[in-house]
Amino acid sequence: MSKKIRAAIIGPGNIGTDLLMKAMRSEVIEPVWMVGVDPDSPGLARARDMGIKTTCEGVDGLVPHMREDNIQICFDATSAYVHADNSRKVNAEGAVMVDLTPAAIGPFCVPPVNLKDAVAERAMNVNMVTCGGQATIPMVAAVSRVQAVSYGEIVATVSSRSVGPGTRKNIDEFTRTTAKGVELIGGAQKGKAIIVINPAEPPLIMRDTIHCLTVDDPDQEAITRSVHEMVAEVQKYVPGYTLKNGPTFDGKRVSIYMEVAGLGDFLPRYAGNLDIMTAAGLRTAEMYAEEILAGRFVPAAA
Amino acid sequence: MNLQGRKIQVHDMSLRDGMHPKQHQITVEQMVEIAVAMDEAGIPLIEVTHGDGLGGASVNYGFPAASDQEYLTAVCKAVKKTRVSALLLPGIGTVDHLKMAVDCGISTIRVATHCTEADVSEQHISMAAQISGLDTVGFLMMAHMIPAEELVVQLKLMESYGANCVYITDSAGYMLPDDVTSRIALARKELKPETELGFHGHHNLGMGIANSLAAVEAGATRIDGSLAGLGAGAGNTPLEVFLAVCDRMGVETGVDLFKAMDVAEDLIVPLMDHMVRVDRDSLTLGWAGVYSSFLLFAKRSAAKYGLSARDILVELGRRRTVGGQEDMIEDLAMDMARARDSA
Repeated sequence: MSKKIRAAIIGPGNIGTDLLMKAMRSEVIEPVWMVGVDPDSPGLARARDMGIKTTCEGVDGLVPHMREDNIQICFDATSAYVHADNSRKVNAEGAVMVDLTPAAIGPFCVPPVNLKDAVAERAMNVNMVTCGGQATIPMVAAVSRVQAVSYGEIVATVSSRSVGPGTRKNIDEFTRTTAKGVELIGGAQKGKAIIVINPAEPPLIMRDTIHCLTVDDPDQEAITRSVHEMVAEVQKYVPGYTLKNGPTFDGKRVSIYMEVAGLGDFLPRYAGNLDIMTAAGLRTAEMYAEEILAGRFVPAAA
Repeated sequence: MNLQGRKIQVHDMSLRDGMHPKQHQITVEQMVEIAVAMDEAGIPLIEVTHGDGLGGASVNYGFPAASDQEYLTAVCKAVKKTRVSALLLPGIGTVDHLKMAVDCGISTIRVATHCTEADVSEQHISMAAQISGLDTVGFLMMAHMIPAEELVVQLKLMESYGANCVYITDSAGYMLPDDVTSRIALARKELKPETELGFHGHHNLGMGIANSLAAVEAGATRIDGSLAGLGAGAGNTPLEVFLAVCDRMGVETGVDLFKAMDVAEDLIVPLMDHMVRVDRDSLTLGWAGVYSSFLLFAKRSAAKYGLSARDILVELGRRRTVGGQEDMIEDLAMDMARARDSA
């Protein structure tokens, strides 16, 4: 068996469990610990059944074992409120933190757009923006790498069943963080994000519309090529990332219509919004792992 | 129906829902002129915002002639007795927009969600409820899509976050009077007695007046409408018509009927880009249960791809689309055009 980098997942909920199932298949990541706070958590029981070490004492229950188990990467799939604390504790043990919460204390990372930069910066904490951001920012970037985009707007429509209580309590955080990601990583001069929740049964597959306004008239051929190339990049880690229509052009408006189906590991297929987060988080960790395995990066406590 | 002596408050939508048929192009000057005339007519409450609420300015819904801040500042300054409300849809607007609108001088904030998703409004309603003197309203859209029992659960959530008034909103103009009666009556029975109830209708099936009367009879004390019906789809409940009916039935509104008629005829009708009326497409909205502001988007996509707007709207209804999914319309039209071309 080739060498793998050992990892811990904090948060045994739907996201953490889906991430664990994906990580079990990784060539370069070996999930070792699952961290929760409730001894009766079904997520911890599932992890134990899969042969993973567990603690119900939160990150404090993990920290004493990190050095002996050589944990070099941690994923936080809990909530923004506790993330900073979690991150500080695992960084102090020399592990990189991949943040799947909306806390965004580290740089944003959207794998096909800026993962290489994030890894090159040796950031000890990287943030995965939002589900809507992961699904749409690659498309904004696909346009902005061809020509200047004065305005990027994304509309994410997700099934009611795939929106958890954390997102519901602070939906503004989704719109703000995604809009910021559209600007910082997507490359739009100004960004806007809209989220629509649809309760239809059977649940609808995540849909995303990306509108870009270009500064000059759009180079239709170059943008179309760039969009198709970017879709192929995302499909490497989210096979259900599908260009439904477009890019269509109307004056300086470029519109792209996407559908995102998940792999259906632990989360249902329609919840592409959640799947793209866990897949992007794992992809990010894998890139770090490759750097560590190649001896180009030694994560260390600051 | 005996409504003699009932007191209600009417809420005019022309300068918010009316932004839809105007593609959000009403100017600040036009808004001020209309608001002042409504003030003189004694209309107690008017809504002023982008058609899709605060922060609605977008490619997806349309960029307005002026910003929400410009509209609200100008109108709030110009009116004397009339109070001004703003609409906010979580997922589009944020609490930052809410604070801005409060600073502009609104008296009322209305926080709107799809009828099954009230819990996304907790952040906004609870903040609004803490602002002293701010009338805080929860607004459940597309209320025809779930039965009364489920709707009341959602209304109670909004009440629990701090809304002092909650609305049953017939965004698609799909409801019939009995649908309104059953929903309002159950809400009146289950919610706190001090929580006000409101009804917002659309006239797509020509039921705006009848539904609003049913709402009043079942216990609603706030009724939305717009003068000359300027609103999405076939428009809102035509307010001057409703006021005349209220007058005949002895329902007290405090509005000067003839002045309201004059505002409708002299200021609103000349403003219309097209006659806001029940035509085959707006009728389809009501028949198929589709969000009223989809109308012009469907017409535009139909023209662009050589399709029938009615076919597009029927399909949007079949897919159980909800408010805000305007981006789905061109996407669907492209799918339909492709299916036609490959047939």
